[in-house]
Amino acid sequence: MTKQKKPIKWGNVGMYAFLILASFLSVFPLYWMAIASTNTSNAVLSGTLLPGTYLLENLKSLTSNYDVVNAMWNSFRYAALQTLLSLLICSLAGYGFEVFHDKHKDRLMAVIMLAMMIPQVAIMVPLFKMMSGWGFLNKAVGFILPALSTPFLIMLFRSNARTFPVDIIDAARVDGVSEVGIFFKMFMPVMKSTYAAAMTITFMNAWNAYLWPKVIMTKTTAMTMPMLISNMTSGYMTDYGMLMLGVLLCSLPTIIIFFLLQKSFANGIAGAVK
Amino acid sequence: MPTKKLTLEKKQKIQGWIFLAPAALLILIMSFWPIIQALLMSFQSGTGSAMTWATPIIKNYASIFKDSIFLTSMGNTFFYLIGEVPIMLILALICAQLLNQPNLRFKGIFRTCIFLPCATSLVAYSLIFRTLFANDGLVNVLLCNLHILSEPYAFLQHGFSARVVIILALIWRWTGYNMVFFLAGLQGIDGSVYEAADIDGANTFQKFIHMTVPLLRSTITTCAIMSINGTLQLFDESVNLTSGGPGNASITMSHYIYNRCFDGVANFGYACACSFVILILVAILSMIQNKVGDTRD
Repeated sequence: MTKQKKPIKWGNVGMYAFLILASFLSVFPLYWMAIASTNTSNAVLSGTLLPGTYLLENLKSLTSNYDVVNAMWNSFRYAALQTLLSLLICSLAGYGFEVFHDKHKDRLMAVIMLAMMIPQVAIMVPLFKMMSGWGFLNKAVGFILPALSTPFLIMLFRSNARTFPVDIIDAARVDGVSEVGIFFKMFMPVMKSTYAAAMTITFMNAWNAYLWPKVIMTKTTAMTMPMLISNMTSGYMTDYGMLMLGVLLCSLPTIIIFFLLQKSFANGIAGAVK
Repeated sequence: MPTKKLTLEKKQKIQGWIFLAPAALLILIMSFWPIIQALLMSFQSGTGSAMTWATPIIKNYASIFKDSIFLTSMGNTFFYLIGEVPIMLILALICAQLLNQPNLRFKGIFRTCIFLPCATSLVAYSLIFRTLFANDGLVNVLLCNLHILSEPYAFLQHGFSARVVIILALIWRWTGYNMVFFLAGLQGIDGSVYEAADIDGANTFQKFIHMTVPLLRSTITTCAIMSINGTLQLFDESVNLTSGGPGNASITMSHYIYNRCFDGVANFGYACACSFVILILVAILSMIQNKVGDTRD
């Protein structure tokens, strides 16, 4: 009478239900942020869940009240510079620690790892004094200097340099290639995926940094995007449509990078605990 | 010739030091030197260039334990720690376990969705949650429309609910992040172990408790330590989601220390002393981590 049905596996139903719920809850706040940025503040507060037509007006009021273009440019400038230099400095060090390793260098690495324990707020005041003494307040160099060399990145490059074959290095040395030449011409191209992972991590961290820029960027013209959106709630009345557009603009670059380089990002954060 | 080889090796060793020099010097100047200065400052009073040794020398440290706001901030930080870390780690483990099922469909979509919150900055998601949980925000609108609440509840104006919102936000932001570690760990486990368990008729829950958790023990420890470390230094959420309020009911240690430095009357020496409390907590944590690592090796 009835067709032979496959028995429903309730375990599977539960599994999919859980994952769908988890995915929904993870994505919903971001979806809602995007929706809110296209609606009026009143529509946002009445709980609308559909895109509106107010995006351009929100953009207009955002750009007329805040220097968003400048903040975006600052954030980009600082983050790009930090990523570039940080990758160079830390990959040199990671390579050096692995390829030329001896007792002393291993000991130094252990000391460097201790820096991971230092909380940011503990060194914020001395660093601020140093930077202001050198005239680095409100400057990109002040933003990037404390974050250029991180134990995490050195460790990431060191553990990945282990996979770089020693034979190649020896062969190149016999051929008379200099040590620096080996690094730039051979190590760097082979380690592309490690660099991609390090790049996503560093760029995201730099773009999202908040405490240190808040300390060192005292002028509004030097402000970063997270600082700008943080200031948007300080007024009497919050225009939620405008606020969410600001939040969206601040999140957009990192979300784009996330979608383009998701794999590298995952490798980057899990990479150092190999 | 042996002598030539020796000099070559020596040359290479020196070149090795040149490779590490920039990174090592930067860490020395940008981390170790400031922490030494912070230690000295924690025994001083006054501000700016007019700082003098405190009398008695441990004055700043002695006042920490009489400072009710700092003690509150410490209590709050531990509240976040206890409320967030276990739930987040368990959720991340469950997600990783489910996403590692070989017959699961739409794996990539689920993984991307759960991982996505990591792409938002801490300030951005704090503001999203602040808006969602505002008096006239979406959560209140929904709860009222569903007649769960008869009138909007001021989540961020009550100490306990404000702290709970911070915990919810933290769980939202970091579960996917930890899941990535667990997925990487699970991929290192031989699939045949699970197949054998399938043949023995183990269900998903049994596999989770008796296989996944023990096999990932070292990864779980690493994630726990990282999360605790991050929670001890919580700043962006406290500033942007609740502004530390109501009153100081949700303020974190880092937020309070920041306020003592840059809000109102600055007291650098005292702030430095407070920050050493965080440093000591983190150091204790690292020691525990080393201990746990040692017993495994």
